[in-house]
Amino acid sequence: MPLQSLDIVRRSATTTPSPMARAAAEVAVAKLIDTSKCIGCKACQTACMEWNDLRDEVGSCAGTYDNPRDLTDQSWTVMRFSEYENPKGDLEWLIRKDGCMHCADPGCLKACPSPGAIVQYANGIVDFHEEHCIGCGYCVAGCPFDVPRISKKDGKAYKCTLCSDRVAVGLEPACVKTCPTGAITFGTKEQLQHDAAERIVDLKSRGYEQAGLYDPAGVGGTHVMYVLHHADQPALYSGLPVAPRVSPVVRLWKGAAKPLALGAIALAAIAGLLNYVRVGAKEVDPADEAAAEREKEKAHG
Amino acid sequence: MAEHDRPDLIERHGRQERLQHWVVALLFLLAAASGMALFHPALFWLAAVLGGGTWSVILHPFVGLAMALVFARFAAPQWGDNRLLPNDRVWLERLREVIEGRDEHLPEVGKYNAGQKVLYFVMVACVAVLALTGLAIWRRYFAGGLPVGVVRAAALLHALAAFVLVLGAVVHVAAALWVKGAVGAMTRGTVTIGWAWKHHRAWFRQMIRPTGGR
Repeated sequence: MPLQSLDIVRRSATTTPSPMARAAAEVAVAKLIDTSKCIGCKACQTACMEWNDLRDEVGSCAGTYDNPRDLTDQSWTVMRFSEYENPKGDLEWLIRKDGCMHCADPGCLKACPSPGAIVQYANGIVDFHEEHCIGCGYCVAGCPFDVPRISKKDGKAYKCTLCSDRVAVGLEPACVKTCPTGAITFGTKEQLQHDAAERIVDLKSRGYEQAGLYDPAGVGGTHVMYVLHHADQPALYSGLPVAPRVSPVVRLWKGAAKPLALGAIALAAIAGLLNYVRVGAKEVDPADEAAAEREKEKAHG
Repeated sequence: MAEHDRPDLIERHGRQERLQHWVVALLFLLAAASGMALFHPALFWLAAVLGGGTWSVILHPFVGLAMALVFARFAAPQWGDNRLLPNDRVWLERLREVIEGRDEHLPEVGKYNAGQKVLYFVMVACVAVLALTGLAIWRRYFAGGLPVGVVRAAALLHALAAFVLVLGAVVHVAAALWVKGAVGAMTRGTVTIGWAWKHHRAWFRQMIRPTGGR
């Protein structure tokens, strides 16, 4: 839903400036998820349900702790559990809180054809305005992280809002508020990058040589970042993309193709009209009719 | 068969063919308008043709599918008349003269000229691609079951085929308006013998044979 107190820097399917008249320069916010501190309690999932009034269907156990098994229109965040046997032969339980990454260069927004259905606030949050959503699912194709979900109930797309409604009034997201271990923190992106750097030094000193921050440059960085013990192998964390980016296919489809195609069609129409007035209509004159008549008579003997 | 008894007219398009043509044309306008609305924001207002953005998303696939089905029924019998012949190459090489409206040195043309034939095959290909890729990106029924890479490629191909088809339609309409008598052929079904003699002489000779047509 629109938040009148937040500036918008980008608006889907819009070629004119977005509402951004407010004087104060907004600071980029972010959520930092430290996978090395996560105990997989799912309090964040519950808090998300509670704050956003979401109730997913009770599913069945698939033999893992993942519950629900996937993101849905009712589950905007899901803990993904993976068991990893490291080279030393020890088992590591890698738990990742999945959900929208709030990309600085959002593929969903690029793909969306409906004006204002997806916006990016000046603070970096990418939000869906469902009242403008037309249900085409282009955001699903545009997202490099497979996050948006179309509701069966209303045909609209839903995903994590980074609690834009809470952030707008100076509160942290519900998942952050509830996390009992401090694995999820919220603040300015700059501060969190700094915090993450300190934590990474700490992790490295404790044997996690490849610890690092996941803030992928391919999508311009994200406003949800992970501290990973194995930042060199993001895929270990239930298939976190190694080098996510907006697909070149989507870039072409929703980029250069648009003005080129439109221009070519307009040109063809104008060329047709101009040639018509230049050359004049192609008409059949009485001489043609007479010639046809003669030939017909000859054919019939 | 013949809907007229005037000796100065030749039947060019039968009643069924004309009906099919205009059903396809109508469905094309609806599908193209709603589709282009989702292609470029500058054209989003075209979504109003089907009742707004959401209605466009709901109806466009059904309209498109109906168009593809009627088009297939319409285009299939014309396959033979559109086969490219050696003379068609000469015609295409002299496209400049065609555009200039100078027909004197063009080879004799059958029921369709080389331009119409090429357009025919381009449209057949485009409609086929549009139907297939359209199913793949149909979020309500199919897109969810396909890998995202396939959906992305289908979306791009759908836009590309639609672009070529719209371009083809622009050429088709421009030519039909330019060549007087062409619109009448698709509304009344007949052309004058002079028209057939001037624009499609080989077809004209075939039609005036005492045995009558094909």
